[in-house]
Amino acid sequence: MTVKSPQTKDALSGKKTTARNIVEKIWESHVVRQNEGHPALFAIDLMLVHEVTSAQAFQEIEKRGINVADPTRVIATIDHSIPTRQNRTEIYDEAARAQVEALRNNCKRHGIRLLDFDGGQGIVHVVGPELGLTQPGMTIVCGDSHTSTHGAFGALAFGVGTSEVAHVLATGCLLQQSPKSMLVEFRGRFRKGVFAKDAVLKLIAELGIGGATGHVIEYTGESVRAMSMEERMTVCNMSIECGARAGLIAPDATTYAYLNGKEHAPTDENWDKAVAYWNSIQSDPGAPYDKRVIIDLDELRPMITWGTNPGQGAQLTETAGAGAAVADAGRDRALQYVKLENGQPLLGVAVDWAFVGSCTNGRIEDLRIAAQVLAGQKVHERVTFYVVPGSESVRTQAIAEGLDKVFENAGAQFRMPGCSLCLAMNDDKVPEGLRCISSSNRNFVGRQGPGSITHLASPATVAASAVAGCITSPESYFAK
Amino acid sequence: MEPVKTINSQVLPIAMKDIDTDLIIPAQYLTSISRGGYGENLFRRLKDGDPNFAFNQPKYKGAQILVADDNFGCGSSREHAVWALRDAGIKAVISKSFADIFYNNSAKNGLLLVTLPAEVIDRILVEAAAAEVYVVNVDLAGQYIQLPGDERHCFTFDDFRKYCLLNGLDDIEYIRSYEQDVQAFRAKQQSYFQPVLA
Repeated sequence: MTVKSPQTKDALSGKKTTARNIVEKIWESHVVRQNEGHPALFAIDLMLVHEVTSAQAFQEIEKRGINVADPTRVIATIDHSIPTRQNRTEIYDEAARAQVEALRNNCKRHGIRLLDFDGGQGIVHVVGPELGLTQPGMTIVCGDSHTSTHGAFGALAFGVGTSEVAHVLATGCLLQQSPKSMLVEFRGRFRKGVFAKDAVLKLIAELGIGGATGHVIEYTGESVRAMSMEERMTVCNMSIECGARAGLIAPDATTYAYLNGKEHAPTDENWDKAVAYWNSIQSDPGAPYDKRVIIDLDELRPMITWGTNPGQGAQLTETAGAGAAVADAGRDRALQYVKLENGQPLLGVAVDWAFVGSCTNGRIEDLRIAAQVLAGQKVHERVTFYVVPGSESVRTQAIAEGLDKVFENAGAQFRMPGCSLCLAMNDDKVPEGLRCISSSNRNFVGRQGPGSITHLASPATVAASAVAGCITSPESYFAK
Repeated sequence: MEPVKTINSQVLPIAMKDIDTDLIIPAQYLTSISRGGYGENLFRRLKDGDPNFAFNQPKYKGAQILVADDNFGCGSSREHAVWALRDAGIKAVISKSFADIFYNNSAKNGLLLVTLPAEVIDRILVEAAAAEVYVVNVDLAGQYIQLPGDERHCFTFDDFRKYCLLNGLDDIEYIRSYEQDVQAFRAKQQSYFQPVLA
């Protein structure tokens, strides 16, 4: 494939321009070398590492006798395969224990900082921003598809496989083809009880799960500007669910207010220098994009998925199968798996489990919203409700605010940080045949446990449904 | 990496869109720290749930070419999905399109991904399911696929990736050969941007 020539035409207007968008600016500032007809030699500023996708990468470089090129550009944590019970430091599962041990040894051997139990541990995409490691204009990778989360800060952040983890360990670089760009504008304002998760689920339902393949999305619009960093992370996190390579939001005062004072954020005159640089990566006025999408939020109601991929979603007030093509084999297969009839109302479908957590919605703001719904309420007797903070620091903050008591009084379990029920590769699993309403990011067949059924929704919808024992709108909790 | 040149094999058809990496290899099988041994649990949920699933049918035993509908390999970044396919003997996947990360991971492991027009894929899926024997030849150097009855279809392929696959080369040595460029880049970058963990 030939290298993409500098883009001069906008997809919508067809106008030619020299203006550049933020994706192009970050891309161009990280191309180390471009050989004719080859992918770019592309510099990576930060790599996040976790236990599941790194062991084979360390083996690969050691086999070749290569050291880690720059340990100051790598940070590690444990999140996917660990338990979330109180006495979590003892991992009963032999393979999971070996995986965590392997990461500890690899980090020690190569001088990489590891955020271990009681040492700042958390989900990889929660701890990076918390520590101020994620900064605008950076290139960030991790052996994890939800690396797009870090785009909330105006970083170009994307998931890679284990071979590419090895490439970055060995060289600090990757071979990459330049991405296409897509502008997604969220127009209008959220109604009460509708959240960032609903906006991104709406986008994925509109685009389909392959709709943004090959593209990096820039999210814009007045509602995006009004979003907190937590909400922006939720939106960028789910970019991969419509196939995008990454998703990002240009940095602004909200970004800088969040970063300022964080452990690894620049200080004093370096801060001023950094802000000047971060302001320079904004998309130029009239910058072109390969594709443009507009999503109206004014009338949007809370979203939920009814099927077995994140694109099979609808507003709560709609029905199972909504939005899918008539006589779509994928729709029918999905409905059969989730035990719903085509056209069946989604409101009122009984749920057995509920989950607030994950790299999508496991931050302090998500826990506050869940607590706002649960305050003075009881979780339905049939429902098992896990609230899993995204990191030790989220957990500490939640306890300081008394949220743990709210969850416990309502009958929900407030657990230790980790990926937990998002992906069923640790002790936390939804039992076969049971239905879970979940704030996580994927509803693939068996994602939360063999034979489990998943409905993705916002933390507010999860909490409201856990109280009612069935799929329920949270809007009444937020109508003042 | 072993060079990839031509693959001549029975086709194993899976007429499904959006086959995600959780379906290819469920997360519960990812706790291993080795690259091998994942083939046994390839498509575990479909193998267990459907006796007629292609991987359960004797006629597809030993098939090296998997043909699927659109958007193959979407979802998680797990390279284990590619390792599981390779471990189970699959050398090429043909589909209408592939997810980005899966595409990159395949190139690193000698798994050949071929994109063909929708109408060709639809026909292969029907014919390969109906026939007892349906052998296809994939030629990377010539960039064509030959169906039964000498029907040929050309496919496009990234020149650089083709060169790497044909010669069994990987990225690490390529990047390392430009170490001086990388150092020069980092020196320049330091004037406005320090590593955050330094």
